[in-house]
Amino acid sequence: MDREQLRISGLTGVDVALDIAGVGSRSYAFIIDWHIRLLLALAWLCGAWLLVRIIGVALWPPAANSRLLGIVEVAPAIGIYLFYHLVLEVLMRGRTPGKRRAGVRLVTRNGGTPGLGALLIRNIFRLVDSLPFFYVVGLTSCFITEQRVRIGDLAAGTLLVVDSDAAAKTLAQLGSMVAHSGLAPALVELIHDLLERWESLDTGKRDELARAILARADTASPTAQLAALNDAQLLQRLQQRLQSGRTDHA
Amino acid sequence: MNADTEASAWVKSRSRIWGEWLAQSQTRAHRLDVETAQRHIERYRALARDLATARRLLPGSRATAALEALYVGAHASIDRSARNTAATLLRLLRDDIPAVVVSLRPTILWLGLLLFASAAAGWWMISTYPDLITLVASEKMIDGVEHGRLWTEGMLNVAPASIVSVRILSNNIVVSLFAFCAGIFFGLGAFYITAINGLMLGAMFAFTHQFGIDGELLKFVLAHGPVELSVMCIAGAAGTALGESLIRPSAPTRRESFQREASRVARALLACGLLLIGCGLIEGFISPNPTVSLATRAIIGFGYWGFMLLFLSGRLFGRNLRPKTV
Repeated sequence: MDREQLRISGLTGVDVALDIAGVGSRSYAFIIDWHIRLLLALAWLCGAWLLVRIIGVALWPPAANSRLLGIVEVAPAIGIYLFYHLVLEVLMRGRTPGKRRAGVRLVTRNGGTPGLGALLIRNIFRLVDSLPFFYVVGLTSCFITEQRVRIGDLAAGTLLVVDSDAAAKTLAQLGSMVAHSGLAPALVELIHDLLERWESLDTGKRDELARAILARADTASPTAQLAALNDAQLLQRLQQRLQSGRTDHA
Repeated sequence: MNADTEASAWVKSRSRIWGEWLAQSQTRAHRLDVETAQRHIERYRALARDLATARRLLPGSRATAALEALYVGAHASIDRSARNTAATLLRLLRDDIPAVVVSLRPTILWLGLLLFASAAAGWWMISTYPDLITLVASEKMIDGVEHGRLWTEGMLNVAPASIVSVRILSNNIVVSLFAFCAGIFFGLGAFYITAINGLMLGAMFAFTHQFGIDGELLKFVLAHGPVELSVMCIAGAAGTALGESLIRPSAPTRRESFQREASRVARALLACGLLLIGCGLIEGFISPNPTVSLATRAIIGFGYWGFMLLFLSGRLFGRNLRPKTV
């Protein structure tokens, strides 16, 4: 199924499209964030409880301790739970640990990083999105709206898109690999992709792919020689080909 | 030259500059001088050229996707308004919030009327059917009033004023936010929350009146009530504006209309939040304190209400309401 896209009109006449994240990525990010903020709030509760019990008993009378418990223990824990999204989205420019893990980020409708005002509105509307329980209103809104947004996003003018920042980081690496290997960029990308996925692929499948790619990249190596290489040797040959442009045939 | 060779030569020639761009994109740009800003714009133009070339030579490749990501980042850093926190804050307080409040004025008045009508209905309801008080008050509250004690008495014995304040102000802020957000249900949610609060207020006054302690209740609410109730009407009016933006869109689509209205009226909500902090402090420190006289409470209550008017009209921040003469 084709993803919905957000088209951004560039000021130079070159336009780009960002893939809009689906309900699955959104929910995955939320669940991770929910666990993190719950654990953080609980960790604070336990830590503060221990501190107040250990240090507080020695320093203050019991009545003062119970007040201290309210201020030091409960209030910050509630703060962590309630302001987790807002604070992290501001600090991490539209991301949270959960969103980063799910490979998504928040953007405005012109592709920019949302400001404090927009993020504030987006998070205020969690009050409605979370109604009546388990974000039923928000999820329903995601299912029925064209761009898979919840009401908070509609109000704030934000969208959850697939984060392509990780892709940008490979750019310089690809450039240097093309320069060193002397291979065509498409072939370099193919080898790079295969090396990235090496561990997750089935041994037979990755060896087959490695031989096919090496046959294209290393025309000097006869097919019979490639067929004789084992899994570790194929991996080494691919790495060599990418890094130095030479292969050690020894 | 075949396509692969051309692509290789091009990638080789550009790889160093891409590395530099990538490093630059990772650093946050805060206060840029003119020269640096100019370099950002040049980088954006160069990125557009490289992206167009990459789309031609390496369609669907990872390099093209990476250049697109860099281009989007550069676009976002250029296509935004200038940041000046102090000036933005002053404009918000002096111009934006007053403008929103002025536009909401008729709705605020209507909601004020609804609040009073609901309070009157609540009074009538409990005066006529006293048993219905169980709908709006807890057993403990009813028991206290029946013994001639307000539930607010001894509030400071249970928790210190600071904690009472925080609890009250956070509760009030949540109610106001809810009155605002509930406006999404075509404004009906905002009406409901305003009406239910008015009904409860009237009912509690009627109930305490039956036991002769309504004066005590008035004394309790006098210092914080005027602003608290006004803020509720403002938050409700902001919510109603949201609902109206869906019923009568002011933009080509309902989504745009809703978004525009939400970001506009949310400014009034910010003012409500700030005013409610003051209300919470008064309600925590002054209202439950039996040593504060009625006159002092009245002065604080109406003084704070006057402060609210100055704040919402922008006069507190130097706004001149008289039109400029040419």
